[in-house]
Amino acid sequence: MTLPTFRADDDPGPSFLGVLARTGAVPVWADPGAQATPLTHAHGTTVVAIRYADGVVMAGDRRATSGNLIAHRNMEKVFAADRHSGVAIAGAAGPAVEMVKLFQLQLEHYEKVEGAQLSLEGKANQLGQMVRSHLPAAMQGFVVVPLFAGFDVRRGTGRLFEYDVTGGRYEESDFAATGSGSLHAGTVIKLGYRPGMDRDAAVDLAINSLFQAADEDSATGGPDLVRGIYPVVATITAEGFERLGDDDVAEHFRALLDELAAPRSTTTAATAPSMGGGDGR
Amino acid sequence: MTMPFYVPAEQMMKDKADFARKNIARGKALVALYYADGILIAAENTSATLRKVSEIYDRIAFAGAGKYNEYDRLRIAGVRHADLKGYSYSREDVDAQSLANAYAQMLGDVFTHEIKPMEVEIVVAELGTGQDSDRLFHIFYDGTVVDEEGFTVLGGGEVEAIIERVRQSYEPGSPLDEALRAAVTALAGPERSLGAAELEVAVLSRSNGRRAFRRLSDEDVAAMLERGEPAAPAAPEPAAPAPADETATAPETEAGAETSGEEPGEPEAPTDG
Repeated sequence: MTLPTFRADDDPGPSFLGVLARTGAVPVWADPGAQATPLTHAHGTTVVAIRYADGVVMAGDRRATSGNLIAHRNMEKVFAADRHSGVAIAGAAGPAVEMVKLFQLQLEHYEKVEGAQLSLEGKANQLGQMVRSHLPAAMQGFVVVPLFAGFDVRRGTGRLFEYDVTGGRYEESDFAATGSGSLHAGTVIKLGYRPGMDRDAAVDLAINSLFQAADEDSATGGPDLVRGIYPVVATITAEGFERLGDDDVAEHFRALLDELAAPRSTTTAATAPSMGGGDGR
Repeated sequence: MTMPFYVPAEQMMKDKADFARKNIARGKALVALYYADGILIAAENTSATLRKVSEIYDRIAFAGAGKYNEYDRLRIAGVRHADLKGYSYSREDVDAQSLANAYAQMLGDVFTHEIKPMEVEIVVAELGTGQDSDRLFHIFYDGTVVDEEGFTVLGGGEVEAIIERVRQSYEPGSPLDEALRAAVTALAGPERSLGAAELEVAVLSRSNGRRAFRRLSDEDVAAMLERGEPAAPAAPEPAAPAPADETATAPETEAGAETSGEEPGEPEAPTDG
């Protein structure tokens, strides 16, 4: 590999995508000749972001589906974009993961070339442009709809952004959810949300919303107690992006399950869920 | 029609080399050296925005001496090279060796084919898993690459003297603050002393996680320099009593530090910036 150098009037500046385009390495997902299909909703996922006192909590389930099959049980959909921001994805897995990878690279590339980080707003817009440039592929069914959240170090607060398939960027003040289970997750958060929640309350709410979404949406995975696979939960605060340990998440889930199981009416108690179905009929 | 004069190749190369060397010597020097937890790069640089030292990739740093716009162009090309390579293959596949070779190709090409050689000297530092896998590649204006062992000095008019001073005061496994003091004493020389504001310091540290590169703030640098300072305060102007009472009797007086009694106004002399 030789050093990539450009003429002064054709220099991509701090844009890594620009470098990719000029070196012919840009990924192409859309086939320009293919027939457009009607836009579908982002499928097979629930990811949420909730603002709380110190920043933002992001969470996402682990299931990837292929038609009616479960393709992966431990897929990750919540990623650190850089030190102070995170991105969560819903939609076609291949292009979505690729988009996250490019987005992470773009932020780091900018920071190294310019010697300064992009503002949180700048990062959100950058991601919007990437979603927009993905539109031709989305028209063919490979929809990618991310969620972006971060701690705005200049304003000292957590912020979160939703997108649509055309790259439209919408800032939400309290919470956001996307993916096939987002309706259910969003409702749970909407009912449970209190301004200025602390970290534990926000994590509990996020976990509750994912549990309820998994309960109603076949393409969203719930906690897998048998294999010990739990949703990815991360907080983004002034200290940066921090993913919660699996033990910590499991603890929160156990609390939720205890709460759900205990004070119920007799109907639930009578048909107590048994995992293996081994305890006689 | 005019016929170009015949110039022997030796003469042409010599002229270009002299030109590059002379201009690189006008700038200020920098030192890169191994310390206990990684690699330290300290540069004499009064600007807080025009950097000499910067990050290329997770475990690779870059430092340049000479003409700013030229080494900055090399720096950006290096960032692009590394990011492209990491994107196409894997982050693990980005290494200083291939980057150093790419730089050497470019500098060598410019040196032989262009009218003017690049007036820069650069170092590519790579952090390994331990000190024996750390790397320092020193690349000269004509594309010569030297794989340095332990430390390297580039830029400035008195490289030989600085190398000698580093050799005297530096030990490879020393902690960060000692390594920094050795580097700064060597850069300053016996005639003057350098404060945090005149320095640009960065490290590649094994304890920094994935991205090993960190800049040290002026406060950090000042604190580290002070720790090794003998009783006499370096800055003569403020009348405040030396705050570091406990360290006043610290026995580790470096060779030149004690004799630096003169005003810091004059000693810029030999370099004309």
